[in-house]
Amino acid sequence: MVALVHILAQATTEPGVSDAKAPNWFMAHAYIIPLLLMASAALTLVLGRRTPGKGPVYGIAALAVGLVFSLGCLVGIAQGSGVATDGVHWFTIGGFSVDAGYYVDGLAATMLVVVTGVSLMVHLYAMGYMHGDKRYTWFYFVLSLFTAAMLVVVLAPNLFELLVGWEVMGVCSYLLIGHWYEEHVNSSAAIKAFITTRIGDVPFMFGIFACIVIAGGTTSNIQAVGQAVGVSHDTVLVTAAALLLFGGTIGKSAQFPLHVWLPDAMAGPTPVSALIHAATMVAAGVYLVGRMFEVFVHADPAVLTIVGTIGAITMLGAAILAMVQDDIKRVLAYSTLSQLAYMVAGLSMGETGYSAAFFHLFTHAFFKGLLFLAAGSLIHAVHSNNMSDMGGLRAKMPVTFITMLIGSLALAGFPLIGGFWSKDELLVTASTGHLWLFVMFLVTAIATAFYTGRMLFLTFYGPFRGHAEPHESPSIMTAPLVVLAVATIAAGFLGSPFTHYVFVDWVHFGTPEVHSFHGAIAVFGSVAALAGLGLGWLLYGPKRERETDPLQRGLGPVWGVLQHRYYIDDFYFNDIVRPVRDSVSAGVVWFNQNVLDGVVNGAAVTARGGSGAIMWIDRNIIDGAVNGAGTAMETFGKGLRLVQSGKVQWYAVGLFAGVIALSLFIFR
Amino acid sequence: MIRLPLVLVFAALLFSAGVYGVLARRNAVMVLMAIELMLNAVNLNLIAFSASLKDVSGQVFALFVIAVAAAEVGIGLALVILLFRNRASINVDEVDLLKW
Repeated sequence: MVALVHILAQATTEPGVSDAKAPNWFMAHAYIIPLLLMASAALTLVLGRRTPGKGPVYGIAALAVGLVFSLGCLVGIAQGSGVATDGVHWFTIGGFSVDAGYYVDGLAATMLVVVTGVSLMVHLYAMGYMHGDKRYTWFYFVLSLFTAAMLVVVLAPNLFELLVGWEVMGVCSYLLIGHWYEEHVNSSAAIKAFITTRIGDVPFMFGIFACIVIAGGTTSNIQAVGQAVGVSHDTVLVTAAALLLFGGTIGKSAQFPLHVWLPDAMAGPTPVSALIHAATMVAAGVYLVGRMFEVFVHADPAVLTIVGTIGAITMLGAAILAMVQDDIKRVLAYSTLSQLAYMVAGLSMGETGYSAAFFHLFTHAFFKGLLFLAAGSLIHAVHSNNMSDMGGLRAKMPVTFITMLIGSLALAGFPLIGGFWSKDELLVTASTGHLWLFVMFLVTAIATAFYTGRMLFLTFYGPFRGHAEPHESPSIMTAPLVVLAVATIAAGFLGSPFTHYVFVDWVHFGTPEVHSFHGAIAVFGSVAALAGLGLGWLLYGPKRERETDPLQRGLGPVWGVLQHRYYIDDFYFNDIVRPVRDSVSAGVVWFNQNVLDGVVNGAAVTARGGSGAIMWIDRNIIDGAVNGAGTAMETFGKGLRLVQSGKVQWYAVGLFAGVIALSLFIFR
Repeated sequence: MIRLPLVLVFAALLFSAGVYGVLARRNAVMVLMAIELMLNAVNLNLIAFSASLKDVSGQVFALFVIAVAAAEVGIGLALVILLFRNRASINVDEVDLLKW
């Protein structure tokens, strides 16, 4: 908070400016956006319950203003302004000093729009979805706090500030996954998510230390680190820094082998899944790689190969798991893993993949947020997460159907819609020198289209298999769906030939690479999407009557492996969590019995002895002093009152004696 | 003309007699009369210095003292009468209500 006060104090000073066109007013005052959200979080917590509507109004107002600011920043970037950055001194430890400030470039500006935009829609949507929840106000408090933290990460000019936002996001994620903590499953999922991401955070922190060392030990400023990396001859250190930082990405963006928390995180309310576990927080890991890209570029090339390999494994592995899920949110969760891996793999292609990866992040945020909110609308209607309880909802929920169809087509890479353009850019980039990634992208695209089609057909087509009476959701929920659907389509076109790939001008590393439309590759992508969707239609189309999932029959024993998520979760639990937990808990019990109880008992004995001594002192010395003072006064008074005889002639004697004494004194 | 020191010594003796009377006599009336002696000793001094210094203001002071003394005796005798009515005695030793 102290830092925030500093920022406020310096709000009137002119920010630092570097190259290109001067940043516009919005960019120079970008720090206001997270401050607004922090204020709204505080207001929601303090006044939320007493406000009409129970609290969402603060977050929504802050986000509406924040979105205007974010769009203002993006306009500044679009007009060709350079980086806007400024900060105020936060603290110094030895020679190492940290500023609190902001850093707005094209990447940050686009992320600002994503975060404020999706968060605003989720805030609105949750007014319907969470209506009547017993922790409604608390929910909005954490939602606002999360958004503030995410904005801090996006705008962080140095690694330390980034880490602060990063960890606050983690806490908010934990709180929101466990929002309905009365059910054990939910609180377990929250703990799993928190601890798993922390495993990634440990290397991340050491990566930060490595970056600080590279930058000379005096600063963690991202620009300074970037410049220091460029001239550093210590390739080993830079490589280590890149690998350690990527550990944070693996945890936060749920990449293999730390992907296990994200599907379980679906235990949280669906708006949370949309905002945190699809559109924004999980993208922070990818964002981190982009922010520290200098480190990755200058590290040993093996680092990017590792990044690409992990991306490729997660991409296809998660997409295959998404095919066999019944829980619609889990389908989307594995899809998110897979799409995040697209971005990670895109970044692994180096400078040329940078724009494509972040364009995919941009489009993905909108269409995945849309898909989750639409799924929430379905869940709201049928009171079940399972697609086996849905079906035939097309006519009953037309708005949800249309918007979810747009989101699904964007996810599947259907021509001209949303993700098609970003996947196309990734494919174009991979086609020059990254053949194996190109193949992985294509195969995953087919798998993606397949599970997307399966999801669509199981929910909206065929007979209704549930028990509830489905109905269209209230307009407070459907309106955000429509807005996000429009945004999904619009976002896609920002990276299309129709707008001359304007997104690449905004977000690029080094010089903007020239993109051109490759008809052949677009055909590849479209064919993959249509093949997947067609396959889905064949297996899950409405004509099919089936008791068991056709994949279950087709895959045989593999189905079991997939249902057990390749046994990775079981392996983690049985061979890592349980041994560690059991030995730790045994140690804790021993420690409690022997050390803590000993300390407590010792403290009690000491306190009793001490209080005895204090009581003696109180009785004898303090009370003695008080009583002694009283007695002394009484004795003195008794003596003195004898003088007051009442005999007036004695007084006169005193008077004359006094006169004589004075006379003697004066005339001696 | 009578020499100044003689008058002063006489006045001092008179004053001492007054002090003795105030301190030693029990009768309230006698105490009042002793006070009168002391006042007149002072008057003597004032007039003696006035004559010696050829300054008339001393005599004026003496006249004031006589006037005040008359008033004082009036109040004092009134007190004595009240005392006698309440106590049937004018012995100052017995008037010790102000003690303690």
